[in-house]
Amino acid sequence: MASTGSSSSSWSSSNWVMENAATPHVLAVDDNLIDRKLVEKLLRNSSCKVTTAENGPRALEFLGLTDSEQNAMNGRSKVNLVITDYCMPGMTGYELLKKIKESSSMKEVPVVIMSSENIPTRINQCLEEGAQMFMLKPLKQSDVKKLTCQLMN
Amino acid sequence: MEVGQMQRQWIDYTRSLFIEGFLDAQFLQLEQLQDDNNPDFVVEVVSLFFQDSHKLLNDLTVALDQKSVDFKMVDAHVHQLKGSSSSIGAQRVKNCCIAFRNLCEEQNIDGCLKCLHQVKQECCLVKNKLETLFRLEQQIMAAGGSIPLMELSF
Repeated sequence: MASTGSSSSSWSSSNWVMENAATPHVLAVDDNLIDRKLVEKLLRNSSCKVTTAENGPRALEFLGLTDSEQNAMNGRSKVNLVITDYCMPGMTGYELLKKIKESSSMKEVPVVIMSSENIPTRINQCLEEGAQMFMLKPLKQSDVKKLTCQLMN
Repeated sequence: MEVGQMQRQWIDYTRSLFIEGFLDAQFLQLEQLQDDNNPDFVVEVVSLFFQDSHKLLNDLTVALDQKSVDFKMVDAHVHQLKGSSSSIGAQRVKNCCIAFRNLCEEQNIDGCLKCLHQVKQECCLVKNKLETLFRLEQQIMAAGGSIPLMELSF
């Protein structure tokens, strides 16, 4: 799965681009049913294949990152992008972000955090933990188009 | 009524919903997401919202009826409702939820009960408004016309 060339300098220190960028596969995580439906449609409209999960543990299950499977993956990631809500009961989006970044198989996958609350300390916390981007809800088509354009280079 | 008239009625009615604050720009985002692949997208999402909010409002009623109110739980429910109403552009419901959350923080039971009543009313109002709007849209489509989205200038 060859990379499609270097990403723009504003993007990341690891110069990572989405592999298989023709039809990116996005995992969207949100405990709110309406928001899940919305983000799914927004991503589909940007030519993405979408899988949704209603919480962090389910997301980790899908990604093959549950404790028993931690090192089973040999570097191939199932998805090209994870977009997750911040405020979720149980495991927050921040905690999910950490788990993804700590994994050997998924740490290169960009993770985007969404939130309805514009709290600078929260935003910084996520960016410092390696989130690619922080997006304010409610999401608009233009936000998602910008995101997918940047990631597909 | 001929199609042109129905379309003008739709424009006027939609405009009034925005002017009166029932809906905000996010609702237009929803309308723009509707396409041939998902011709009923808006109706589907809005229906989901009302199913979801109905349950949340019931849960809130029960939670506020307890001898010892768990404000964390009340706040969690209101947060959900605020999120979904914001996502579909139901502005007045959303604004009610914002006030509601403040009262939760203050642990003000009476205030919360008043807010709950208000949120229920706002949900009811916007539900009726949207049902009217969707009926108009169905009539336009049945008569062979299309929804004049582009003519909504703000």
